Amino acid sequence: MLAMNFRGPFQIRADRNRPEPEIKHPNDAIVRVTRSLICGSDLHLYHGLVPDTRVGMTFGHEFTGVVEEVGSGVQKLKVGDHVLVPFNIACGSCPHCKQELYGNCHESNPEATAVGGFFGYAHTGGGYDGGQAEYVRVPYADVSPTKIPEGMDLENAVLLTDVVPTGYQAAEQAGIQKGDTVVVFGAGPVGLLAARFAWFFGAGRVIVIDHLEYRLEFARKFSLAEAYNFKEMNDPVLFLKKATDWFGADVCIDAVGCDATGSALQNITGKGLLLQAGNATALHWAINSLKKGGILSIIGVYGPPWNLVSVGSLMNKGITVRANQASVKRLLPKMIDHIMSGRINPKEIITHRLPLEEVPDAYRMFSKKLDNMIKPLLIPPRANASFA
Amino acid sequence: MKNALENRIEALQDRIIAQRNMERADEIPGWGMDADPENDPTYPMKHSNGADHQRLNYEKAPQQPLDMEILHSIERPGVTRVFGTSTPPSGLSGAIRRYAYKYSEATATHWMSLILADRVNAVEGKLDDLRRGVLPNPWVERGWRAEWKHNRSGFIQNVATTALLLTAGIMLMKRKNRRKQLLSKR
Ligand SMILES: NC(=O)c1ccc[n+]([C@@H]2O[C@H](COP(=O)([O-])OP(=O)(O)OC[C@H]3O[C@@H](n4cnc5c(N)ncnc54)[C@H](O)[C@@H]3O)[C@@H](O)[C@H]2O)c1
Ligand SMILES: [Zn+2]
Ligand SMILES: [Zn+2]
Repeated sequence: MLAMNFRGPFQIRADRNRPEPEIKHPNDAIVRVTRSLICGSDLHLYHGLVPDTRVGMTFGHEFTGVVEEVGSGVQKLKVGDHVLVPFNIACGSCPHCKQELYGNCHESNPEATAVGGFFGYAHTGGGYDGGQAEYVRVPYADVSPTKIPEGMDLENAVLLTDVVPTGYQAAEQAGIQKGDTVVVFGAGPVGLLAARFAWFFGAGRVIVIDHLEYRLEFARKFSLAEAYNFKEMNDPVLFLKKATDWFGADVCIDAVGCDATGSALQNITGKGLLLQAGNATALHWAINSLKKGGILSIIGVYGPPWNLVSVGSLMNKGITVRANQASVKRLLPKMIDHIMSGRINPKEIITHRLPLEEVPDAYRMFSKKLDNMIKPLLIPPRANASFA
Repeated sequence: MKNALENRIEALQDRIIAQRNMERADEIPGWGMDADPENDPTYPMKHSNGADHQRLNYEKAPQQPLDMEILHSIERPGVTRVFGTSTPPSGLSGAIRRYAYKYSEATATHWMSLILADRVNAVEGKLDDLRRGVLPNPWVERGWRAEWKHNRSGFIQNVATTALLLTAGIMLMKRKNRRKQLLSKR
């Protein structure tokens, strides 16, 4: 089959000779992919920032597909179902899943206890081949995969596998109270959705910070937010303090993660010398831009083992940190309702639709933010072969 | 340390000890007095229902057959009930990975060894390609084609800078070699 094949940092192949996946466990299903997205998280893999990313792996954790085959233990999912597959692999019965922490399942990732199981996310994410392929093995098929609601646009459905619930959770875990000033760092898909959803919790002001003008422009329209370019600031923390009556923001959301720019020191220590897991500039700015007693929501991904941020300020300012991988299954009913009722139309963020064959171009463009890309969608050659 | 404390304690005692303490709570002045179920910063992301404390005998799926080499974190007793079967460890990078997995996720040794293995693995991948007659194709695989299409001037500038640096490097090396030759002649 055709699938994305990782050959090392910054090198990706659209490989026609990958073996098709097989059922390995009674609760598995095999899904024929109909739509697949590339995520900002995939860029951390592409840039070589996630340990134990092995050559030959297929990435991709945001996909929809048609069920082609099910294992003997699968009861709910039927062959022919067209499903959206949440990026978390979750058993549904461990203490974490039982409490709806589906992004933190204890029975899906042998390699790392600090990380849940995710499709196509290195061995640090459980070693599963992912959805930037024609077919995928989907474990625990009865737990997370969800039939695409009738009448839902396929592009909205595939965005439900990650960035929509992720953006929502970024705002939700920020504990936003009515009237709060919310600052979102990063105007990528996750930041744009977090900013949009901040209004759902009654924010008084939503401010987006990035350095890419086309994304800031998009944030003004799509997220209805104020948007500012940190390249036009000497010191973004100072800007935000002044913009918030010299108190600081009530809430800061880090929707950038370990591939930030904006600090030479962070770049050298994180990407040059590997003394820390990537570049944590946005997180550092977020901590410093908060008011005393503010809340920090971290949704951007950081790798092990550590990063250079001001823990002292967290403590002295009494900041509450709330962070996690999104728990997609927990949020799906609410997200489906927001989309079906027309309150939000996430597919507006998809700027590029490319055949799976062009996956290397798509990664490069997304990584370098070429051609005003916000979210790239991949369409496998067999995607449209009959689905209801 | 051979006789380290973590090797001398018994596993799976946590709940038993907690249970024992709670049974004699009247011996601990003030026990539970200020407990407040609303003092839970995980709400509403976590649907707290006490499952945390029933962690010993939760319902588990059958075990996926272990028919390939799966490295697992030493912070857990074995593999999870399901696991990914992508790219088992192999070659030199595989050996480094096996070493890395002897250390916990709290150690730099674990993660730095894995990063090293990843870099070695990238070289192995290139050799493996050559062995199979697959030639490097950076134009497509590194996305240079996309750069050419969407960022031509930046791309040309990058190529020019790299070429310049390379030529300068080569000339410098040559000069050094000349100097060495001259010196050795003397
Ligand atoms: N927690 C989760 O469940 C989850 C799920 C999906 C994605 N993520 C993470 O969210 C992050 C964003 O993902 P994305 O798809 O939007 O990626 P993206 O790469 O499209 O967006 C990141 C944005 O941050 C901007 N940026 C860089 N440095 C900055 C700085 N110092 N301050 C402000 N902005 C800065 C970039 O210009 C870019 O627009 C990634 O780290 C990704 O891994 C987390
Ligand atoms: Zn994602
Ligand atoms: Zn679980």
